[in-house]
Amino acid sequence: MQDQQRPYPDLPPMQEQGAPENTSKHLSRLEIRPSLTERSRRVGERIIEGGIFAIAALSIIFIFLIFFFTFREAAPIFFGDNRSEQTAAIDDYTLPGEPLPAATGNQEVHTPESGSSPGETQAKGIDTAAARAIVGDDYPILTHESPVRLGYLFYKTWQPNSEHPRYGIYSILIGTLKTTLIALLIATPLSILAALYTAYFAPKRLREIIKPIIELLAGFPSVVIGFICLMTIATIVQSVLGAESRLNAFVGGIGLALAVIPIIYTITDDSLRAIPGSLREAALAVGASEWQAAYQVMLPAATPGIFAAILLGLGRAFGETMIALMATGNAGTVGWNFFDPVRTFAATIGAEMGEVQHGSPHYQLLFLLGVLLFIFSFVINLVTEFYIKQRLIRRFRGT
Amino acid sequence: MMKEHRKSLVGLLALRLPLLATAAILLTIFAIVGNFLVTGVPHLSWSFFTDPPTHANTEGGIYPAIVGTVALVLLMTLAAVPVGTITAIYLTEYARQNSWFARTIRFAVNTLAGVPSVVFGLFGLGFFIQTIGGQIDQVRWNQRMTQFEQTLQAGGSPVAHGRIATVAQVQEFLNAYQDDDWSEQATKFNAFPRGTVARINADIAKRYISNSVELVWGKPSLIWAALTLALLTLPVVIVSVEESLRTVPREIREASLALGATKWETIRKVVIPNSLTGILTGSILAIGRGAGEVAPILFTGVIYSSQEGPKALTDQFMHLGYHLYILATQSPDVDATRPLQYATTVVLLGLTLALNLTAILLRSYIRRKQAA
Repeated sequence: MQDQQRPYPDLPPMQEQGAPENTSKHLSRLEIRPSLTERSRRVGERIIEGGIFAIAALSIIFIFLIFFFTFREAAPIFFGDNRSEQTAAIDDYTLPGEPLPAATGNQEVHTPESGSSPGETQAKGIDTAAARAIVGDDYPILTHESPVRLGYLFYKTWQPNSEHPRYGIYSILIGTLKTTLIALLIATPLSILAALYTAYFAPKRLREIIKPIIELLAGFPSVVIGFICLMTIATIVQSVLGAESRLNAFVGGIGLALAVIPIIYTITDDSLRAIPGSLREAALAVGASEWQAAYQVMLPAATPGIFAAILLGLGRAFGETMIALMATGNAGTVGWNFFDPVRTFAATIGAEMGEVQHGSPHYQLLFLLGVLLFIFSFVINLVTEFYIKQRLIRRFRGT
Repeated sequence: MMKEHRKSLVGLLALRLPLLATAAILLTIFAIVGNFLVTGVPHLSWSFFTDPPTHANTEGGIYPAIVGTVALVLLMTLAAVPVGTITAIYLTEYARQNSWFARTIRFAVNTLAGVPSVVFGLFGLGFFIQTIGGQIDQVRWNQRMTQFEQTLQAGGSPVAHGRIATVAQVQEFLNAYQDDDWSEQATKFNAFPRGTVARINADIAKRYISNSVELVWGKPSLIWAALTLALLTLPVVIVSVEESLRTVPREIREASLALGATKWETIRKVVIPNSLTGILTGSILAIGRGAGEVAPILFTGVIYSSQEGPKALTDQFMHLGYHLYILATQSPDVDATRPLQYATTVVLLGLTLALNLTAILLRSYIRRKQAA
């Protein structure tokens, strides 16, 4: 037997060992690194894989945590304010056998964090007529200690800081809808047309310059966009269109549009580029003009991507805080005049959260608004996922 | 022969519109950046970068804001990049095709990417600050209360062994104890409901002090704001790193496995070193995003004025973006602060744009290298 034919040179040739029962002994002397089969090595690898698995699961865990912990702070609105009294009663600090001191005067020392029973305060003789004058006819009279019920939200006025707070969110809802609508109306055509240009009509080198510049807009912090709206754009709008209040839904909408344009542009551009060129060539071959091919064939073909882009832009505009805080005027007006100052959900949270008392009804309400925002973005994401999947599956199946 | 088209008006317009739209967007971008540069750059100076703000934010520099932003972003990166990288590693290397777990992770990441930034702030408040921070404080406080109890039972204490004394006597004892901490607790008795002449025992004294937990970790601070931002930028890191991990050719992985490396060894010694640039890109993008977000830190740790940067993890901090917001909306003297506002904007914008540009350049470098 020749040496170079032996597959494992370190083994003695088979004949010298002879009997088959010795074979396994020799196989175990094969040149596999012994450390590889060590149990501790395998266990170590398993532990690392487990660790990676656990850390990867963190994203999922955190989604649940976000929902749970924001909902927890808002839960008393739904489930009643059952928090136990934080106040330590006076007799907690009295020696057994000693007379209890006179009640009311000293109780202020232990200010309850929140939620002393409503009966107590309402018995304190609120001047009903004066309160009615402030609150209006259809809203229950509340004080800062009254717990919040869900029904209190379905009204127009949001005045949580007044003596008789009102928690109606209609004005905020309308404000958010107005600014988002304006933002989408401005941003969508601009972005889609620009994407059309860079995807089809622009020469390649121009595309490589333009696309990064527009994507740079995505890198602008929203504070900066808000600042620009506050300073320059508001002035321009007022001098050109003569609005009564300088900061209004329209200016806010422009700012939001600036934030949303890069999102819609990038996704639309990618979708348009992803369509096979043969579709366009086929359209041209049957006699369509350039613009007909672009608008009536390619653009409809990219509809799932464009729809996703608009949805993502919608989600962004709905929840954007700083631009709304700085550029919308922050006054909760109702009505569909685009040039009224408005309040949005996110701006309300951002503006008022720093000043609420922990655990107060106002605090719970702000968390409720946060939960609403979270659910809204979650639903949008869900719709995008399933809609896109369905459309793409159908497309690849050829229907 | 192809049909000749009459050049219709609609057609002409339709072909021009995309170019017009692009031009409009580009012009707006240039106008904005130009406006900032022209108005803000003249006010930049060395002292602007190194001095703290003075005269109620109407003069001075932004040094503490720079330090605060840098500290915040550093901590955030330390938290986000490892977690994001490992998640990306799982998604590319370990997850089976279309396993429901991988799909759920991707869905969770997409959801995280879409959550409004202010909701992250609320989460930071409700989870990090109140739950985790509060728990840490509670545990430490319980330890101190045990010590307090022991102190109250020590020799010389007027309430030791069940004796009864007045609040004033207890205060006197605590002040004389030569422990600054107990002197601090002694002053809390000034607010005792029945006054300092009331008689108490050790039990009451301990219960009274126990109810006033001192908040060290359970309040808005640098660490919690950084973790909140880390959560917000996690999707950015994951997507970037995943993209770069996928550019490592399969053949390299297979060669490594064939030579006898385990899967983790392959990842650690072959895949990761080859995608370091991508990980770097992801980190830079995350930093760029995190440095500019103001909404999540509004109630998790930022303050509008301090003379120096944050010194401890539990300190509050100034922030460039927040500083701009305050200057723009709550300034007592608008004319005096206008140059400050623009200068701050230039710094903030310059920072984020520089970071984004670096990331874009890195990314195209990776893509060109891969195509070669």
